[in-house]
Amino acid sequence: MSQKKLRPATLLVHQGTDRDPCTGAAVVPISVASTYHHPQGQAGSYDYARSGNPSRAQVEEAIALLEGGERGFAFSSGMAAVGSALSLLKAGDHLIAPEDLYGGSWRYLTTVLPQRGIEVSFVDATDLDGIESAIRPNSRGIFLETPSNPLFKITDLRGVAEIGRRRQLLTFLDNTFMTPLLQRPLDLGIDVAIHSGTKFLGGHSDLLAGLIAVADPALGSRLKHFQNAFGAVLSPFDAFLLARGIKTLKVRLEAAQRNAALLAERLQAHPAVARVHFPGLPDFPGRDRHFAQAAGPGAVLSFELSSVAGVKTLLERLRLPIIAPSLGGVETILTHCWSMSHAAIPAAVKNSLGLGESLIRLSVGIEDPEDLWEDLEEGLKYR
Amino acid sequence: MNANSSLTLESRLVQIGVGRDERTGAVSFPIYPSATYRHPGVGESTGFDYTRSGNPTRQLLEEALAQLEGGSRALAFSSGMAALTTLFLHFAAGDHLVVSEDLYGGTYRVLDQIFAKLGLASTTVDTTDAEAVAEAIIPQTKALLVETPGNPLLGVADLGALGQLCRKQGLLLIVDNTFLTPVLQRPLELGADIVVHSATKYLSGHNDLCAGALVAADPELGERFYFLQNSTGAILPPQDCWLLIRSLKTLALRMERHCRSAQAVARRLRSHPLITAVYYPGLEDHPGHSLSQKQTEGFGGMVSFRLESPECARRVLKKLRLISFAESLGGVESLITLPALQTHGDIPPRERERLGICESLLRLSVGIEHVEDIIADLEQALEE
Repeated sequence: MSQKKLRPATLLVHQGTDRDPCTGAAVVPISVASTYHHPQGQAGSYDYARSGNPSRAQVEEAIALLEGGERGFAFSSGMAAVGSALSLLKAGDHLIAPEDLYGGSWRYLTTVLPQRGIEVSFVDATDLDGIESAIRPNSRGIFLETPSNPLFKITDLRGVAEIGRRRQLLTFLDNTFMTPLLQRPLDLGIDVAIHSGTKFLGGHSDLLAGLIAVADPALGSRLKHFQNAFGAVLSPFDAFLLARGIKTLKVRLEAAQRNAALLAERLQAHPAVARVHFPGLPDFPGRDRHFAQAAGPGAVLSFELSSVAGVKTLLERLRLPIIAPSLGGVETILTHCWSMSHAAIPAAVKNSLGLGESLIRLSVGIEDPEDLWEDLEEGLKYR
Repeated sequence: MNANSSLTLESRLVQIGVGRDERTGAVSFPIYPSATYRHPGVGESTGFDYTRSGNPTRQLLEEALAQLEGGSRALAFSSGMAALTTLFLHFAAGDHLVVSEDLYGGTYRVLDQIFAKLGLASTTVDTTDAEAVAEAIIPQTKALLVETPGNPLLGVADLGALGQLCRKQGLLLIVDNTFLTPVLQRPLELGADIVVHSATKYLSGHNDLCAGALVAADPELGERFYFLQNSTGAILPPQDCWLLIRSLKTLALRMERHCRSAQAVARRLRSHPLITAVYYPGLEDHPGHSLSQKQTEGFGGMVSFRLESPECARRVLKKLRLISFAESLGGVESLITLPALQTHGDIPPRERERLGICESLLRLSVGIEHVEDIIADLEQALEE
């Protein structure tokens, strides 16, 4: 049946391919072969696993369908996807990026891209005029996260897409926090949607994966060429696990989002917490802008403790959340951004952005929220 | 953190294995493929010697299953039938079992065609009727095996009453909890001694592995099952143990959705003119409705229905597009079967007919797709 007409919950379960055409198996086989027989010397649909593999094709087709794009690509990690997407730029080009973004992307933009002759300017991406005034004659792209990580700044995606079209810049969005279930950037005019599939899409903290979806077939061809030439492809087993994770995305994300909303509210009322960043809160600064382009607040929030000394107590006392970088798992994951997810960013830069030592990011899992709250409350008892 | 009994079931499911690998702090517990283990010295063991006897990944799964069902010990097998077969090996020639007549065909087959020859006799009975069960008990009877809800007609047995009966008569009460899982029904709390699962179904939930489990309430019985598991060796391999652990993390969410969608599908099917009967314990006029409300926390995701003719059933199977016509159940994808020819094909035709498992009966495992897509597929397939 035509997948494009199905509702998201159904699409997640069935994806592009839900039956093995040879055996009728309800699950696409894990195709481990590195190479494929060429009958009479002629290649069939597949010739070599780096160039194409049925297990990977399943997940690539799935992300294209979910993002409403034409083509999808799967990589060995989220950073492999970010790097591969940015291979659409060349030496001499200029890229505009938000000042607060995931530490790994920040490291890539400030060290790897300059080595390849690509300049990067960091701007406050909540300000469209600021973005526009950063454009130079050699600007070729705008790279975004919204909500940003970890300060939850919201960028107007339609506005940026419009600037991109008018000024002929490619627009990239890291859509990891929202997933295509909550935010579909290609529909809003963004050119390239990028995911760390390690997070909500995989959802079980047991694989690394990156994904890209694009609507424009010409961009798709260029990315395909680069993926095959560079070879940072997702392995068949991880492709299977990722496709398996995607099947339960809706039930997981809905539950996690409900839990996050509850915790955000309670954290905001807690005396040891100075501030909570979560798009679902009534007084969240970017609320209207966020909900004009996304169908939910997501399941990640961050909060600032009133005292930096409280961080140590919190990290020592918590029993339930995993204290680690990463997010989007069924298990609640708590990150001390300063020392973990954003460790790659120098202290002075972090301070100037307002990413202080007392900032905690919480990726809320699907445990019972009362268990999570009891645990957090215990951890917040610092005097 | 290690599985902590102060947490709710939902949280315990998610937290399985978290913090258990102390060396690395890995959030997802490792897969231990090693077949054997080095001994520190003669007569010394790390606790693991040979993977059939014990494997760290399987141990984690087994402990989690025991805790979820509220048992003292659980054992994981290579399929649901391997779990049942190992359980039947507990009995001796000359023993007798009383079993539900509304029962998975594979269980019927192994009892009727294999264990009967080995001297383990069995009698099938309507286990929704406690008096009929009492009448079927003979001096050699050692255990009562109940599926509730039944397969495929979803009859509901009163586990509390049957537990009392078994205690009084000195019988083991065995409950196949495949259809409901410990999220919705915990038979050991209701008086059962043993729970058996085809973990291939809801526990795994993705139609991508075969697994079975036995859970014993009593530690001695658990030890006996471990002896049988180790002696006969139908163990679940470490990769599948890990995949099953991964599945358990979303079990509560999946069951919630399966129940909600099955309820909506059952209601919609009931009003269709080509359908003569719908079997779902969540329907108010289902004979086991109030009993289900008492002993379960949900009615599950299985719905059976009867069409006006076998031809009509075949036409529906042919026209379904989203729902796969395939054996098995409990996955995220909706599956439908024709029990008379598939899952219950090994039950003699006359017996099947008596039970009402005819060729116009279909059994639907409602998946977690959008419920309106599932209903739309059924409605288009039912169009004449």
